[in-house]
Amino acid sequence: MSQHSIAANSSVVPVQRSMQRSRRWALLWSYFFLVLFSIFFLMPPLYMLITSLKDSGEISAVTNPWWVNRPTFDNYLALFRSNDYLTFFRNSSVIAVIVVIVTMLISIPAAFSLSRMKFWGSTTLATGVFLTYLVPDTLLFIPLFKIFAFINQLTGIELINHWWALIIIYPTLTVPFATWILIAYFASIPKELDEAALIDGAGYFQMLTKIFIPVAIPGIIAAMIFAFTVAWSQFLYPLAFTTSTDQLVLPVGIVTTLIKGDVYNWGQIMAGALLGAAPPLVIYAFLMDYYIAGLTAGATKG
Amino acid sequence: MQNDVTSLQGSAARRPTTMKVFLRRKSTVAFFLALPLIILVTALVIYPALFSMYLATLNKSMERFVGLDNFVFLFKRETFWMVVKQSCLFAVTAVLFKAAIGFMLAHFVHTIPAKGQRKWRGMLLIPWVIPPAMSTLGWFWLFDPTYSALNWIFVRIGMDPVNWLGDPFWARFSVILVNVWYGAPFFLIMYLAALKSVPEQLFEAASIDGANWWQKIWYITLPMMRNIISITVLFSLIVTFSNFDIVRILTSGGPVDQTHVFATWAFNLGIQGNDIPLGASVSLFMLPILGIAAIFILRGVNKRGNEA
Repeated sequence: MSQHSIAANSSVVPVQRSMQRSRRWALLWSYFFLVLFSIFFLMPPLYMLITSLKDSGEISAVTNPWWVNRPTFDNYLALFRSNDYLTFFRNSSVIAVIVVIVTMLISIPAAFSLSRMKFWGSTTLATGVFLTYLVPDTLLFIPLFKIFAFINQLTGIELINHWWALIIIYPTLTVPFATWILIAYFASIPKELDEAALIDGAGYFQMLTKIFIPVAIPGIIAAMIFAFTVAWSQFLYPLAFTTSTDQLVLPVGIVTTLIKGDVYNWGQIMAGALLGAAPPLVIYAFLMDYYIAGLTAGATKG
Repeated sequence: MQNDVTSLQGSAARRPTTMKVFLRRKSTVAFFLALPLIILVTALVIYPALFSMYLATLNKSMERFVGLDNFVFLFKRETFWMVVKQSCLFAVTAVLFKAAIGFMLAHFVHTIPAKGQRKWRGMLLIPWVIPPAMSTLGWFWLFDPTYSALNWIFVRIGMDPVNWLGDPFWARFSVILVNVWYGAPFFLIMYLAALKSVPEQLFEAASIDGANWWQKIWYITLPMMRNIISITVLFSLIVTFSNFDIVRILTSGGPVDQTHVFATWAFNLGIQGNDIPLGASVSLFMLPILGIAAIFILRGVNKRGNEA
């Protein structure tokens, strides 16, 4: 009897011990690679920050590029005093905010309709929305360029080289995915809720504003964050459709005006790029869970 | 009792008509709610996409119909075949590395204690949050021919400095590297979310049976995550194949068109070279891969929907 239990113990203990040991090794390796990849992932933004704190003299002197000897905020101050940069920032902000509003005004009713109310062709449309999300901007910018020219010929409205024209085309990038996120959120709201509302005599509009929007707030925030980041970082459309300095948005403005010929003012370029990356980063820092929910929503719910 | 029956019959008789009116109203309301979306998608996505096909059949001044001459012209140019090769190489290599790194990192984050996971995840997603045009500028500066901070490190550890954007091989390497850097965090987030949904008991059972980590990945994780892996890979394939920002800012297609992908070459021809039909023809070559990937993604998404 006692022999038996000893035998059983001696076979269990080594297994446990080896599991513990392998667990410790797994942890060690995990941390090792996480540190390694964090260095790789954070190196460019960190180096941008380092460069943005140097003056041109220190950048062109052959010193350690990874260290700042005489930190200075001159690059940032110069940008805050530069009319061009402030114009880029204003254009980008106005566009991003309006695009977020327009996206929500289109996506929320459409998602409500596609997730809850059926009409002829609504299932096909839901699939179609997903497919439009897959059509890249790089396929559409050339025909859009030509369509803008036609509109100018027909009506005299000039859409090329006006920053507000971007507000018309950005929703094509934001609305499909925002609708997709919202369909997933609306579909998860129990049907009993809207039946109860209908019995209480609520109309569709009340059902949307009193039940669906409040319940789906996390999804709406996720969709808004998505729309904002897309509108803020879009590069191809403004590069193709705007040229005058006062019509540019941030990404294009930094690339085309701060890089003048062969004279690069790298400190200022890096400061400008970091400030340009700040709004999405700040949103991410404060609303990380919503940001990630928006990212994964597209795939976790079909 | 009698009353009850008649009232029931009455409501039953009335129901079809009221129901019909109700349904009709509901579907009309629904249609109008979705109308802005339909207009937007038709006017600014479907119409331009079809218009692009029409544009591709015109001559440079867009006055004459030339049929498939633009494509014939493209097929005869060596640069075109170089762009085809580079686009495929760029997309396939970048997606493979993004998926592999994302998969590995998801495992590493999943292994460490739950307390620290949020912090690591938050830190590792930063490349994805920075607008690619901005971070690519940072990389451009890291790759600078004279002041390259990477080369500074290389020289310190006794390696030869690399001509990052000037040498065709290293230029190709650089655009892929930056794309992997930007896209891998997306895979990490997706795979981490998928890993969380794999029941922990499966791994415990496998450990007790003496399975090593490789067997656990091969027999548990991969089968459980098959669907999400295929969706993210296909989705990323589309996005990477149509990438513009990174190549445009880093190399503008150089040296000597060696790093051009479809999008950047179409931009050069169509907008800068003022040959809109030729640019449209080039960008149309993104359609086949898009269509194929889209079909498989839809199949995956529908399958997921049926399982749930």
